[in-house]
Amino acid sequence: MNHDVVVVGGNRTPFAKSGGPLREATNHDLLTAALEGLVARFGLAGTRAGEVAGGAVLKHPRDFNLTREAVLSSSLAPQTPACDLQQACATGLETTMYIANKIALGQISHGIAAGADTASDAPISVSDPLRRILLEASAARSTKARLAALARIRPSHLAPQAPRVEEPRTGLSMGEHQAITTERWQVGREEQDAIALASHRNLAAAWDRGFFDDLVTPFLGLTRDAILRPDTTLEALGRLRPVFGGENGTMTAGNSTALSDGAATVLLADSAWADAQGLPSLARVVDAEVAAVDHPGGADLLLAPVAAAGRLLARQRMAAGDLELVEIHEAFAATVVATRKAWLDDAYCRAVGLDGALGAIDDERLNITGSSLAVGHPFAATGARLVPTLAKLLHARGTGARGMISVCAAGGQGIVAILEAV
Amino acid sequence: MSALEKAFHSPVGRKVAAKAGLAEPARLRRGRAYPAGAIVLATIGASTLGSDTLARIGRPFDAPVVDSGEDPAPGYGNPIGALVIDATAVNRIAQLEQLRAVLRPGMRALEASGRVILLAREGAGDWEQQAVARALDGIDRTVAKELRKGATSNLVRMALDAGAADVASTMEFLLQGRSAFVDGQAWSVKASPDAPELTSRPLHGRVVVVTGAARGIGAAIARTLARDGARVVAVDVPAAGEQLAAVANEVAGTALQLDITARDAGARIAEHVAARGDRIHGVVHNAGITRDKMLANTDADRWASVLEVNLAAQMRMNEVLLDPAVPGSVADGGRVVGIASTSGLAGNKGQTNYAASKAGVAGLIIAMAPDLASRRITVNAVAPGFIETDMTARIPFVQREVFRRSNSLSQGGSPVDVAETICYLLDPASQGITGQVIRVCGQNLVGA
Repeated sequence: MNHDVVVVGGNRTPFAKSGGPLREATNHDLLTAALEGLVARFGLAGTRAGEVAGGAVLKHPRDFNLTREAVLSSSLAPQTPACDLQQACATGLETTMYIANKIALGQISHGIAAGADTASDAPISVSDPLRRILLEASAARSTKARLAALARIRPSHLAPQAPRVEEPRTGLSMGEHQAITTERWQVGREEQDAIALASHRNLAAAWDRGFFDDLVTPFLGLTRDAILRPDTTLEALGRLRPVFGGENGTMTAGNSTALSDGAATVLLADSAWADAQGLPSLARVVDAEVAAVDHPGGADLLLAPVAAAGRLLARQRMAAGDLELVEIHEAFAATVVATRKAWLDDAYCRAVGLDGALGAIDDERLNITGSSLAVGHPFAATGARLVPTLAKLLHARGTGARGMISVCAAGGQGIVAILEAV
Repeated sequence: MSALEKAFHSPVGRKVAAKAGLAEPARLRRGRAYPAGAIVLATIGASTLGSDTLARIGRPFDAPVVDSGEDPAPGYGNPIGALVIDATAVNRIAQLEQLRAVLRPGMRALEASGRVILLAREGAGDWEQQAVARALDGIDRTVAKELRKGATSNLVRMALDAGAADVASTMEFLLQGRSAFVDGQAWSVKASPDAPELTSRPLHGRVVVVTGAARGIGAAIARTLARDGARVVAVDVPAAGEQLAAVANEVAGTALQLDITARDAGARIAEHVAARGDRIHGVVHNAGITRDKMLANTDADRWASVLEVNLAAQMRMNEVLLDPAVPGSVADGGRVVGIASTSGLAGNKGQTNYAASKAGVAGLIIAMAPDLASRRITVNAVAPGFIETDMTARIPFVQREVFRRSNSLSQGGSPVDVAETICYLLDPASQGITGQVIRVCGQNLVGA
């Protein structure tokens, strides 16, 4: 037990806005493509991985056993086991911890964490009355009975049910929830647009210097993230109309993440195994923590990571200042601003059970190669995008450099993890 | 496919084409297959080199039929697979008659994709000896043009001190289908102190780096390397990453997305290899681009980009990859192979920049070879002629058909033909071949 778990590397597809260049791809296609690129990068073709854990948030019934099926479509040995996990936007980080924990316990020597989502190919279900009629018709023993059942179909039954984007318990969408938080934490339009601008600029610069050469494999002819706007400006962002929070809202399509398509993977290994295989070790997986808030009771839906971060830092006897880099998933620019404010807010931190304020997260430590606003956010893929990115950034800073990933998720949940450069 | 091309390949079109002298080209024997018929060895003068070499590669051989002037000339009962002529003792004009005497019966007897292989010594000695050495070259080139049904002729010039062990890998390559599109060529084999035994997987466990591996000839090289046991590091530009990953996974190698014109390209390749605890056995500089335009329309950018990718980047990477102090660089006994082109050797309208870069590759390997000899690293180039790839498929049909027909095998080569020649050069047993440019062009009409 207690094996050192390292991030060997990762691979993802370029991300794109839904309905864009990846619209023809299913979850299965995306996950398979991301796996294939990873297998090629690390020469795993024909080998058996300890386990692959993946998942998608928007899943069709045909996505039954999605990850295992993607493994079978990949170049990994068909003897590679797999499972599906799902924790909304935290899925890709949760799969990372699932695999890391198994490695830490010595149950497997290496494994792959993954996540995929396509909002282009979101499942559309039929209305409850229509579903009941169709099931009855298909179970009918005679043609007459079948026709009788089908005759009960009414035009109103035929309207397709789009996937729900509201929180089931509040009826509010994530954006609407964030608009409440935005208001409550007094997050201004300018600071949100500044975060969106930095995200695009940082991501564009990272692409230009080849940072993603060993993190992204093109897919369906798409070679770079398609949402990225290298030339965007504060003026351009400032002209956008609010989409959440009513007429006087501050959240726009420019400072909120777009519905996206993409998949990401992480190769994790026992450090001794990685050494023996001649595979690189970028960073050690130190620890992770999940938290949840009572959003039906009025808590900020997307601020659960704050409590998780506080508990994790305390457990690791670390302070915010020990983190050289912080990756905060940009669900909305306002989420990032509110999270930073919450880290500084002594009363809030005590209210969520921490000993006090966590401290400041400076600009130069935050999302330095861009994040979800510019990259996109295929829900389950985001965690698996962040882990190799941060691992590579920390590795470049030298042994011992530590960084944190913070991901908020639907349902009022949040997961944070700490990595340390090897 | 254009309407014209469809018509040409229709049953009627084929008949018309055949009447016009454009017969269906022969289907070439490929891969590690030996000829079906007997290998005939003709030895002229006192030499055991031919028989020693065939013994070394484990091939039995028959005695030749000799034309001694009777009418009609004698023939072979059954088709023969190959006619190997050991002419290493030939150095007088009068002895050339003996080549004629064994070649004449052999010309009609050779099976489809049969082989004529001439073993000779490098030209040395008096005027007559040097003239005779060159005469063999003329014989080889003409025999190659007269042979039919995919049969080829090639000449191997041996250094004076080279023996059977040095030429064994070349003999094996030439007899087998691997040399299908190598025709009418001549190259030299030097002596080496330690040529290893031949095996069917000579690259087993050896790391070979291939640039431009995502498509076409590069992908064929990766596959052929894997067949011969190599651990392939497949390199291509990040934009080609999807195809690159597919190739890498197919050959169970690794993919390295990298622009070879990056200043640190060599260092990144070495790091990739060193991280896995390896050294490089071979580097195949396959990546290349074309930016064709008549010279009158060629601007500085078109000129520079082709020279940068095809020549300068290769030279820069070599400097790092051949530095023994760099972890993950080429090990002693390693191999460097560049890709030249018949366009570079012969010149080609609209390709000044490309011809410059490809002729430059030939010059580079000739310059490098002696400097690396002490580390037993060989440096060679292959020069493909017309090869059927996505790139050549874009040439207009009539022009493409002319290119295909303008060689002794009346067809375009396959990417695997280039790959096979490269694998032959990468074989540890090919230690005696360095500083050579080997054309894989079916004896194209143009070129040196």
